[in-house]
Amino acid sequence: MDYFVQQLINGITLGSIYGLIAIGYTMVFGIVGMVNFAHGDVFMVSAFVALIAFLILTTWLGVTSVALSLFLMLVAAMLFTSLINWVIERVAYRPLRGSFRLAPLISAIGMSIFLSNFVQVSQGPLNKSVPPLVQREFVLFNRNNYPVTLSYKQLIIWGITAVLLLAFWYLVARTRLGRAQRACEQDKKMAALVGIDVDRTIAITFVIAAALAAVAGTMYVMYYGVVSFSDGFVPGVKAFTAAVLGGIGSLPGAVVGGLLIGLIETLWSAYFSIDYKDVAAFSILAITLIFLPQGLFGRPDVEKV
Amino acid sequence: MAVLAHSAGESGRARRPNIARERSPFVVALHDAGITALIAFGVLLPLIGFQTVQNINEVLVLRTRWPLLFSLVAIIGASRFVYAVSVAPWLARRAARPVAAAPPGWRSLVGRWFVPFAIGFVIAYPAIVLFSAGFRGALKWVDNFGIQILIYVMLGWGLNIVVGLAGLLDLGYVAFYAVGAYSYALLATHFGFAFWILLPLAGILASFWGILLGFPVLRLRGDYLAIVTLAFGEIIRIVLVNWVSLTNGYAGIGGIPRPSFFGIPFTADDNGFAAVFGLQFSPIYRTIFLYYVILALALLTCFVTVRLRRLPVGRAWEALREDEIACRSLGINTTNTKLTAFAMGAMFAGFAGSFFAARQGFISPESFTFLESATILSIVVLGGMGSQIGVAIAAVVMIGGTEIMRQLDFLKDIFGSTFDPTQYRMLLFGFAMVAIMIWRPRGLVATRSPSVFLTERKTIAADLVKEGHG
Repeated sequence: MDYFVQQLINGITLGSIYGLIAIGYTMVFGIVGMVNFAHGDVFMVSAFVALIAFLILTTWLGVTSVALSLFLMLVAAMLFTSLINWVIERVAYRPLRGSFRLAPLISAIGMSIFLSNFVQVSQGPLNKSVPPLVQREFVLFNRNNYPVTLSYKQLIIWGITAVLLLAFWYLVARTRLGRAQRACEQDKKMAALVGIDVDRTIAITFVIAAALAAVAGTMYVMYYGVVSFSDGFVPGVKAFTAAVLGGIGSLPGAVVGGLLIGLIETLWSAYFSIDYKDVAAFSILAITLIFLPQGLFGRPDVEKV
Repeated sequence: MAVLAHSAGESGRARRPNIARERSPFVVALHDAGITALIAFGVLLPLIGFQTVQNINEVLVLRTRWPLLFSLVAIIGASRFVYAVSVAPWLARRAARPVAAAPPGWRSLVGRWFVPFAIGFVIAYPAIVLFSAGFRGALKWVDNFGIQILIYVMLGWGLNIVVGLAGLLDLGYVAFYAVGAYSYALLATHFGFAFWILLPLAGILASFWGILLGFPVLRLRGDYLAIVTLAFGEIIRIVLVNWVSLTNGYAGIGGIPRPSFFGIPFTADDNGFAAVFGLQFSPIYRTIFLYYVILALALLTCFVTVRLRRLPVGRAWEALREDEIACRSLGINTTNTKLTAFAMGAMFAGFAGSFFAARQGFISPESFTFLESATILSIVVLGGMGSQIGVAIAAVVMIGGTEIMRQLDFLKDIFGSTFDPTQYRMLLFGFAMVAIMIWRPRGLVATRSPSVFLTERKTIAADLVKEGHG
């Protein structure tokens, strides 16, 4: 039981990271109808930006306050990753709008290969590890000599995820921009007719997706303390699984899906086999798509002639 | 980077149309170049401006690369400027000019003679290389270029059946390649079966897996199908990595028997190929033999595909790609049609896989990553889905191009001895995928020749061909 609670805590932490990435997939799929294959690599790039920001803050500027450096890392990662994703959208996806269906997918795969190799070439192929930023943890309860611990960094991840999700929900549900996004999602031509700048809305969607991925990337660096150029693909596919499981196009679905995938992966590693933990995620992806393609919260796709 | 510059500049003009009209084009171009350079600076600052390196104590430290950063930014800004001043007006003039009727002569002449010439060239290729580069130099050219490219041509043609003809987007094609390679490796090392027995067996096993994996995904469409096939491909790879008792995990399987020349091994001893034919021993004979084997296999793939397109099953594939609902209403069994496409595609991947294992003598799961699937799919799409010649050209361009990157040692003289061109291989590969998609989204060969026609045989624009829903 104690072991289970500990795994639950770890799983929710991992799930928060997946959920943040999954929102990017689900938003982009909802509005442009493409699987943004490069999104996992955008996440990886953001982790590198956070890492570099961390090094600048600690080794050059000598910032000792953990809260301040974490905040600045987050801001830097969100800023630069948003800019990068904005440029990616401009260069690789916008010219292909209205082209045939496979074109953006292929372009995104190319972008994914480009990004991971760009990081490999510019930063080197080795794993980059940094000393832990936040180390304290407290013991929730300790029975049978098995301490169930909750670390500060896990709490930080939960807190930041929750705050950002609230802010994000407000943005989509209550603001003019969110309304424009939902309108574009339903019918781009009609949205353009009533005066919405569709291109701009799509660009902002990519920027928001990148910003959330950057939050996940910063959390990832802080939580694991290590990142490499190849860390984009597998978390990307898992976050995509989360988006599919929650119902692609549904924002609460992406979060719930992310938490579920995080929990399933952690529990699978804890109770079955850590070697096959990726198989768990991939199998869920296949099973969901085959038996429940609309996901938990999605609308069923009606086939029209 | 000109693409980046182009799109960034457009926004500058779109937002300030009045100002742009008043200023001279030179000033506008300068303005656009400035904005582009600024954006490039922001994008490149974190990853190019700083480099994370481990110092002697294995602690990460930062290094700055300002000269590199600023020269890149300057190059991007300058190319944007050149584009706005010279290329963009030229493009606009060209677009404004009425399209002159192209002289029909050379284009159709090239079209008619291209295929026989290409086949003649690939058959003569080892001899040409042997004469021009000598025995030692030829090995590299036949192996790295000839065999490597032909494997991808064959895989591209195999995947073309699934993606190009049947319109089923498969991102896990490399799984069947892996099944072929591992069936050959395991059966040859454990039971000692010969290459020519295992080649068809590997194909059969792979097509069996094609049916097995194809069956559950039949009702999926479009991107979803792509993602599920990706998941299956990854699952197979993870199993290969972790089932150590069978596959030896990451360490891979070594000592795989090499194919012999119809019973005569390519060894240096008295029973070897060279001794039997009275030649001096050289590893080149085996390589040339393998070259012709893969050439024959690739041509077989092409031949079978071309013939199948005229059979009912091939027509059903293409009909399925055009309109699945219409297919069903006309009584075509879509389940069987899709499964045959999967099985045929997988079979050729199995052949290629067993050839790959026999050629390498060593296989490990590293050779069957998602990147391989993406490479093969991009060859099919970049060449032009459904076009046999296009796929072959794309394989030559993409694989040959990235192989050439390995050979560019002279770049070391320009950029210094630490410059390693091979690490830019995949970077350029990804860039080329994006660039070709923007430049020619319908692939390098933009015409298709339908297998059914009314009175005369003619080619049509690729835009008229649908891409399938499944």
